[in-house]
Amino acid sequence: MQEIFNNSELRDIAEKVYSGRRLTREDGIRLYRSNDLLTIGRLANYVREQKNGNNAYFIVNRHINHTNICVNRCQLCAFGRDADDPEAYVLSLDEIEAKARSCRNEKISEIHIVGGLHPQLPLDYYLEMLRRVRRALPNVIIQSFTAVEVDYLARLHNMSLEDVLKALMDAGLDSLPGGGAEIFAPRVRKIICSKKISGERWLEVHKAAHRLGMRTNSTMLYGHVETIEERIDHMLALREAQDETGGFLTFIPLAFHPQNTQLEPMKLARTTGYDDLKTYAISRLMLDNFDHIKAFWILIGPKLAQVSLSFGVDDLDGTVVEENIAHDAGADTDQYMPKKRLVEMIKAAGRYPVERDTLYNVLGEGF
Amino acid sequence: MLAANVSAIIEKALNGERLNLEEGAALLSCSDLTLLGQAANIIKNRWHPEKVVSFVIDRNINYTNVCRCRCKFCAFYREESDADAYILPAGELYKKIEETLAVGGTTIMIQGGLHPRLGLDYYLNMLRSIKQRYNIHIHSFSPPEVVYMAETSGLPVEEVLKQLKEAGLDSLPGGGAEILVNRVRRLISPNKIGWEQWMHVMECAHRLGMKSTATMMFGHVETIEERVLHMIRVREQQDKTGGFTAFIPWSYQPKNTQLGGETAGGVEYLKTLAVSRLMLDNVPNIQASWVTQGAKMGQVALSFGANDFGSTMLEENVVRAAGVTNRVPLEEIIRCIKDAGYTPAQRTPHYEIIKYF
Repeated sequence: MQEIFNNSELRDIAEKVYSGRRLTREDGIRLYRSNDLLTIGRLANYVREQKNGNNAYFIVNRHINHTNICVNRCQLCAFGRDADDPEAYVLSLDEIEAKARSCRNEKISEIHIVGGLHPQLPLDYYLEMLRRVRRALPNVIIQSFTAVEVDYLARLHNMSLEDVLKALMDAGLDSLPGGGAEIFAPRVRKIICSKKISGERWLEVHKAAHRLGMRTNSTMLYGHVETIEERIDHMLALREAQDETGGFLTFIPLAFHPQNTQLEPMKLARTTGYDDLKTYAISRLMLDNFDHIKAFWILIGPKLAQVSLSFGVDDLDGTVVEENIAHDAGADTDQYMPKKRLVEMIKAAGRYPVERDTLYNVLGEGF
Repeated sequence: MLAANVSAIIEKALNGERLNLEEGAALLSCSDLTLLGQAANIIKNRWHPEKVVSFVIDRNINYTNVCRCRCKFCAFYREESDADAYILPAGELYKKIEETLAVGGTTIMIQGGLHPRLGLDYYLNMLRSIKQRYNIHIHSFSPPEVVYMAETSGLPVEEVLKQLKEAGLDSLPGGGAEILVNRVRRLISPNKIGWEQWMHVMECAHRLGMKSTATMMFGHVETIEERVLHMIRVREQQDKTGGFTAFIPWSYQPKNTQLGGETAGGVEYLKTLAVSRLMLDNVPNIQASWVTQGAKMGQVALSFGANDFGSTMLEENVVRAAGVTNRVPLEEIIRCIKDAGYTPAQRTPHYEIIKYF
């Protein structure tokens, strides 16, 4: 047994983790450069169990993407369309309301609405959307509009971020999803999302939301043109913001799928299983002020998502009834996982399934 | 929480002592995934300190899908009267072999159903005609096929194997093992040979100087103890004849089968792989099954006791019939191996390295 714990090249980092000391940028880079997947996983698992015990969380939610028309047309995206594209669409408020009503019987606790930056949709469309969804689903938490959309509305109407966020909150918005963060480094954004807001602006939107009392999520899109250093810097920027506001609920690493994006001709390879598990584990180790690390099984497959529960992850995004974005990019897992199967998957990993709402309030457990 | 007995069992394995059935079952029931991985990894590094992960470039060729076994877990078999029933014409067989050689392949794995109208001569002629034309390793005919040839020819298994070897057979694949416990076999493959017959074929092949692999298909109706018993039966045979080059566990794939149900999860796969490495102290190689698990899980398997990526499989039909289409081209296999910190190497079916990448 000594052989297992004492021979690792990461022993000094292990000592820091076990004594609760914060890891540095250099520690993060060394972890990424190491191939000792199991030691990294074991350390992340230690932190995961300190913070969340044996719980593995999941949420029953539904996604609505109100439009795929987007002025940004990010190179990384397979979902966005130009307004004159035959596949372009905008859902009317009636259609959105009907979609919201249609999930009344599905016992969802969260509705997740994100879309493109549509130049003709005014703030009123969003406010009315929120009011109608709130009416249709009075007890469901509305987690909607990425920082990119919030910023766009502010610029479109010459309003401050605070005023836009306040108006959205008054109309029913509860929480912001973590999308649009990608990798904060300007060098990377120039290549993968050249028209998108900067990393600083993304953080400003979230901090503004936190100051208004909203809790939000955070993401990192990895596995395209970024370096290991840029991933770690991304995590550190989030850690710093979290020290300031404490408003982030969870961190969600997202594996990049190049198919059908403008980056496809670069022939980028898919992320490997090692890279995915290391990214979960290292984010668990670096983000010592985040409560939760979430894996999105649509992107990495249910098998690896289950394994990730031993590599720092405590939350699986599953039971997604409708999810268009990852699937246009050629993700090859099923779109929908029945709750029963997700619960069995969690139990088979030796974890305790806990159904949560957006704020990690427990809605059911054990099963 | 880590049960004290699990640490003691791992300690025992790391000290080079053999684990028994109860100990193997306790490990499979333990949920400390990375601990099992670390123990298996240490044992793997003792077998393979060179940090190389090998693979064989080959092709699976299925000469017929007509099979009288009709196993409940199988999505590949057909009745003779089915519209898509086939026997592969010789010309197509040669074409497939030439394509394999053209991409640097060394090996073909020929397997097929138990066709009521194919006798021993069909197989002997197939082998001779291949060896006359091509310099290629023939890794073919799992034990159920060999027993079927014995039945239809009226010859003993030893004699059939001797004739197959003389006609050009080089080694045997480890298929048809499923779970080597007859209670399980009666449920999932009632018409297939029992575990004793499966092992008898391997024993005879080994004694004739032919090597073989051993597979295990888990995650259906077997208990954890039966899974470990399977490993122990392979281990006992290996003590006697030493002819198993590798052990290949893979999970049952339920789509389009009579048996149905769900496939085992990623955690179950990695635990079973790690426990195989810890139980089978006399089998040199453990293969990752990217065909059933996908490239990502196949790579992660390299941290859980696997030292070999198996076959590149230019063609694979049986798992595909069960709704799983993991296609991993050679360059992807090489990238996965390098990304995990190993040197990729092409090998022969006898685990001799031909080329490093």
